[in-house]
Amino acid sequence: MTEAPVIIEVERMSKVYGSLPALRGINFRVRRGEFVVLLGANGSGKSTLLRLLSGLGKPAAGLIRVGGWEMPGEAMAVRAQIGLVAHQPLLYENLTARENLDFYGALYGMGRAEREGRIQELLRELGLLKRADSLARTFSRGMKQRLSIARATLHQPDVLLLDEPYSGLDQAAAELFDAMLAAATGEGRTIIMSTHQLTRIPEAAERALVLSRGRISFDDAIGRRDMNAIYRSASA
Amino acid sequence: MKTPFITSVAAIIKKDLRAEFRARELVSLMGLFTLLSVLVFSFALELDREAREEAVSGVLWVTLIFASILGLNRGMAQERDQGGLDATLAAPVSRSAIYLGKLLGNFFFTAIVALVMLPLMTVLYGKNLLDAWVIGTTVIGVFGFAAIGTLLATLTVQTRAREALLPIAMLPIVLPFLLTAVRATTGLLNGAVEREWQSSLGMLAAITVIYFVMCLLLYRYVVEE
Repeated sequence: MTEAPVIIEVERMSKVYGSLPALRGINFRVRRGEFVVLLGANGSGKSTLLRLLSGLGKPAAGLIRVGGWEMPGEAMAVRAQIGLVAHQPLLYENLTARENLDFYGALYGMGRAEREGRIQELLRELGLLKRADSLARTFSRGMKQRLSIARATLHQPDVLLLDEPYSGLDQAAAELFDAMLAAATGEGRTIIMSTHQLTRIPEAAERALVLSRGRISFDDAIGRRDMNAIYRSASA
Repeated sequence: MKTPFITSVAAIIKKDLRAEFRARELVSLMGLFTLLSVLVFSFALELDREAREEAVSGVLWVTLIFASILGLNRGMAQERDQGGLDATLAAPVSRSAIYLGKLLGNFFFTAIVALVMLPLMTVLYGKNLLDAWVIGTTVIGVFGFAAIGTLLATLTVQTRAREALLPIAMLPIVLPFLLTAVRATTGLLNGAVEREWQSSLGMLAAITVIYFVMCLLLYRYVVEE
């Protein structure tokens, strides 16, 4: 069986905030359709790495290539292929669920008819259709996170970047989120999800990267490994 | 791959107007501040009618600058706190389009406040501010403040002391702009020779264009980490 092509390439990438190095000499590749979980303690550089991959920041050195497009020169092309879910929902509280999605759809260059159809489809899939015309500020944390998933997948991106998506979710919302991730994997999307909770590694995740003090200290398939032991030794 | 410039600008303006129409937070905040400021200056200058008439253009522009700072701080804080700016920046949208969209929204909100302020000041200060040239000067000035303010508010909102930092960063930069605007308005209100206020107005328009173009070009560096 032939291996899926590489969709994300990061080479010798580093990032510095002032004099503080956040990421140092990061190297990894992700194949199309792979589900990678990014582990690490708070402050290990997970969010910084995801921000750089999503085009929200520029590395101090090194190379990032997504779908063959290189950043920062071809950042627009990279951004078009990425959907970002952060621990903040990244929604406008004074807009309804539908208006939020319509706004982001327009920013991704989707035509009105295409937007309307896709928004309706996503709201139905995520169980938000009845609240489509309610303001986002009236939503629970779980509903906001579902709406956030809808925002991130609206333009059918090849790559989903999820930064601590389980934070603040109750058990029911977390289970629904697991199902959404499984569906996204089934659709062939590439997923990189950061978490610091080992109990929250989804079953669909195939590979783990552990970040420790801005460096990758572990990069391998999850399989039946004891992630607790790996995480402890890689974070030490 | 990149979303068309006009589509992005229109989407951002539509979103800002829609959100403000629902919350009525920025315009009411700026409107209330403007009303209080105009009344306080009017009472403070009550005893000296001559001084009050001479101070009209100063009161107008100082009030507009602070009202504009208030609106910019609040508007950009909402963007940052709700994370909307990050999601917008993560989209394949030109940074200049984001700047222009935000600028036009800010301009619209401040212009509404300014256009309510002019008749109010006409009544309280006994000077006709409803003259077409005064209105035109005010619109140009408000656009200039919005142009500088949108850039600086995006910059300062990323800091901890954002509320305090925006006026500190903005006031020295708008000083040449403020002086020209006050000179043009004073000339208009006091019936100065046409050539005199027209040259100030021309200079105001030129400074506005220069600041606008500079801010448009610089915005991408401000939002990049």
